Amino acid sequence: MKIIIIGNGISGITAARYIRKLSDHEITVISSESAHHYSRPALMYMYMGHMRYVDTKPYEDHFWTKNRISLLQDHVTEIDYQQKTLSTKGLNAPMPYDKLIIAVGSMPNKFGWPGQDLKGVGGFYSLQDLEQIEAYSKGLKRAVVVGGGLIGIELAEMYHSRHIPVTMIVRESSYWENVLPAEESAMITRHIQSRGIDLRLGVNLGEIIDDGSGTACAVTVKETGERIDCGYVGLTAGVRPNVDWLKSSDLHIEKGIVVNHHLETSIPDVYAIGDCAQITEPVSGRRAIEAVWYTGRMMGQTVAKNICGVTTAYDPGIWFNSAKFIDIEYQVYGDVPTNPVDGISSIYWEHPDGEQSVRILYRSDTQVVTGFNLMGIRFRHEVCEKWLRDQATIEAVMSRLELAHFDPEFYQRHYEDIMAVYRQQTGSSITAKPSRGLNRVLQFLKA
Amino acid sequence: MSQVYKSLSIANPDTLSWSPLQKLTSAIGIAGLTILIAATFGVTFPNATAWLIASLGLMTVGVVSFSYVTYLQQPAGIKNNNIWHDRISSRGISAWVAGVAITAFYIVLYQYPQVLGLGSDGAANTGLVALFDPLSQWIKGVPASQWFVYGTLYTLAIIIFGIRYIWKYRHNKYQVLRTISVMFFQTGFAFLIPELMEGLNKSTYNKWFDKDMKNMWPLDYDFFFDWHWEGMISNGSIGLFMLILGIAMIFFISPLLTYLYGKRWYCSWVCGCGGLAETAGDPFRQLSDKSLKAWKIERWVIHLVLVFVTIMTIAVLYTQMGNNPEQYWLTRDMFAIGISILLLGVIGLVYYLKDKHPDLQQDAGKIIMGVLAVIVAILLINYFIGSGNAFFIDAYSLRSAYGFYIGAIFSGIIGVGFYPLMGSRVWCRYGCPMAGLLGLQQKFFSRFRITTNGGQCISCGNCSTYCEMGIDVRSYAQKGQNIVRASCVGCGVCAAVCPRGVLRLENGSDDIYEKTLDIRVDGVRLSE
Repeated sequence: MKIIIIGNGISGITAARYIRKLSDHEITVISSESAHHYSRPALMYMYMGHMRYVDTKPYEDHFWTKNRISLLQDHVTEIDYQQKTLSTKGLNAPMPYDKLIIAVGSMPNKFGWPGQDLKGVGGFYSLQDLEQIEAYSKGLKRAVVVGGGLIGIELAEMYHSRHIPVTMIVRESSYWENVLPAEESAMITRHIQSRGIDLRLGVNLGEIIDDGSGTACAVTVKETGERIDCGYVGLTAGVRPNVDWLKSSDLHIEKGIVVNHHLETSIPDVYAIGDCAQITEPVSGRRAIEAVWYTGRMMGQTVAKNICGVTTAYDPGIWFNSAKFIDIEYQVYGDVPTNPVDGISSIYWEHPDGEQSVRILYRSDTQVVTGFNLMGIRFRHEVCEKWLRDQATIEAVMSRLELAHFDPEFYQRHYEDIMAVYRQQTGSSITAKPSRGLNRVLQFLKA
Repeated sequence: MSQVYKSLSIANPDTLSWSPLQKLTSAIGIAGLTILIAATFGVTFPNATAWLIASLGLMTVGVVSFSYVTYLQQPAGIKNNNIWHDRISSRGISAWVAGVAITAFYIVLYQYPQVLGLGSDGAANTGLVALFDPLSQWIKGVPASQWFVYGTLYTLAIIIFGIRYIWKYRHNKYQVLRTISVMFFQTGFAFLIPELMEGLNKSTYNKWFDKDMKNMWPLDYDFFFDWHWEGMISNGSIGLFMLILGIAMIFFISPLLTYLYGKRWYCSWVCGCGGLAETAGDPFRQLSDKSLKAWKIERWVIHLVLVFVTIMTIAVLYTQMGNNPEQYWLTRDMFAIGISILLLGVIGLVYYLKDKHPDLQQDAGKIIMGVLAVIVAILLINYFIGSGNAFFIDAYSLRSAYGFYIGAIFSGIIGVGFYPLMGSRVWCRYGCPMAGLLGLQQKFFSRFRITTNGGQCISCGNCSTYCEMGIDVRSYAQKGQNIVRASCVGCGVCAAVCPRGVLRLENGSDDIYEKTLDIRVDGVRLSE
């Protein structure tokens, strides 16, 4: 059987690797972006000089030959679902497939801003975007970043690393407040400002101004009309599925390519995974499109099983995610609502330095823990997941919180302080049970 | 597309330029270094004390103030910006100059000390060595040797670049404590205590022995040589103490600590070679080769050095035993039988562990058992035919070959000279027999491992890039697998640079034989 995968990001590559693990099928991965799979989250580190391109490739180049995964750097132009072939820019004849996996990812949002297609304006998603950002960085006096999400702050940090002044235009009144609870959002807002980044909150992009040669030279702020001169405008107001090029076909597309829980599209033998897929009936509490690395990887694994005859429903498990906001690491496990929710209690501890915090959420009636939100502190994924899966109560979690400790050795431990917040807030007289050391963690996880 | 690779590679045309303050402070350091270079090339300084103070002082002020403006004026956090844009840390032109210069220094140090100004046959020192005479006179009352010069500069490098490292990683307590530890052991144990002891007891010059309490066989490969043995035995209680400690380190202290904490207790907390690599070598840690090929070469080379030092030491001891039968209670008979039993014991241990440890069922176990069996066989054959040699070869030529090829060329010239080109741990990774021995213990019999945090890895590659030992940490982390590698020195930088908090250095005895088996299926938990 011949399987073609369009896209060599984490979803497509995970699918290819698992199909190889499970079968002897012929596998071809097509990408116009790069010859080999690289880690997209590492794009920023290339610009910042932490790594070279070669360092961002998770597998050495000989891996693909050894595992008989053919790589083709080419651009797919058309898919003929009846004939089961696809055409590319580089190939003369259509290429036949038995199963097709579409894993083409996202593209940056553009909201019809005047000047959004000028030169010197771009998103930050691909190697090509990075190449353009690099090209415009020479002698750059100021960059403007539009959007206050995970990519916006990455781009701001990148410019900051090269001492290029940067202005962030953020619609919300506090950084990422549509995802983070208020205290955490305020913490990151302070952190961004403390680094000297010009953070404009509660404002929108008015227009991008043409310097007369078709290149951006400034932006205006919609609310105030203020003009900000700049040599580059980064558009980082979120992403949407990269499906425009497929829309004229029979493939059922809404926001993304619609797939069932086996990741099958409306057309037989065609699957869609990763950022570009829209799940028809997501499991409760989850969104139909989740453009994150981890779910892409899970979908890749699931689709491989389905193609290789192990019928598997896509189950993303308990939500987790992580990021790093300049110097503050962020981890989340389970449900962490943005605003206070009736019936959900929240224990929030923040370090006096204002750069570390722990938030634990639980149901007020059953006392069952529902989520963890961490800033500047590392918690052990397996432990948090087990607590959430086993529906542990807040008392059980609080008394053994140190089991989740994942900060490096000799770091200060704050579990007593966190517990003090809990005692004060609930009147509980709970005390800690011995929970230190890897052996206790292993015993807990194996129990 | 190719433009992206080029502009972000070591050939980046837009290499970073340093700030005026960085340029000024590095110029101060280079001025101090220039005094040493001038002295080496024959410039005679009228007042050696003043010039020596000026030189060491300027280098200290230069490095410390450079580190101050580079790190301490920045907020705490990971400071890897522009490393691949900077010529010195990305194999640019200044890296090559530094590499060639350090290599040349080591060649002269080991092979042509007279070039540095060492006076031979009682003649007074000149040049660089003479510049250090006042310090040597002050500390131990005799003129300097090339080794005193080297020891002083080595210790100074660990101290001043240690300060740089502490400031760079000041948000990370593990890194800070570890660096204070290597600075302490180098300054106290490797430099001050031995030098002061020699000053207090000048009689030891004739029968010298190593007074560095943290140095041990097989890194200290001449520990069992006759002259060193003589030195320890003929120097009263201090010599005897060093002898007993040396033996205890090899057979008890070191295996116990490696069992408890992994080889990091030595390699990145105590060792002098490791100390220099972690401090002065830190700007070069990203240059280590992470390819599978490099790993294959590493495994062969380091273990062959370990076999070499073992054979050499047994041969030397065996030969020495015959020389003074009435002086030592240990006879050649006892030694040949004893060492055979010891090695057979190791074979037995490997055989016992092989059912528990999957790696030992493959090549590793067979090779270890095979090599040890051959050593025992040859030793016994020579013993029974009454030969004075343990392995058909003259022990003296074995030991001089080891001293030259491994002791001088590998550990010094290549080990440090190649820092700016191959990374800071070339010697530790490919050559050090101590690291090889501790590595085997770490891999098969230690509580230490690096654990991976569930499914949080994003395969970015920071961990692998900044692994000075060239371990492809990411290949384990993205699978959700623990990292248990013989070569890991536990520096903790992979865990520090991880932007998602995925890695942690840990010790635990609960799953000691299955600590790598817990794979989270690519970091993903899927329900069937």
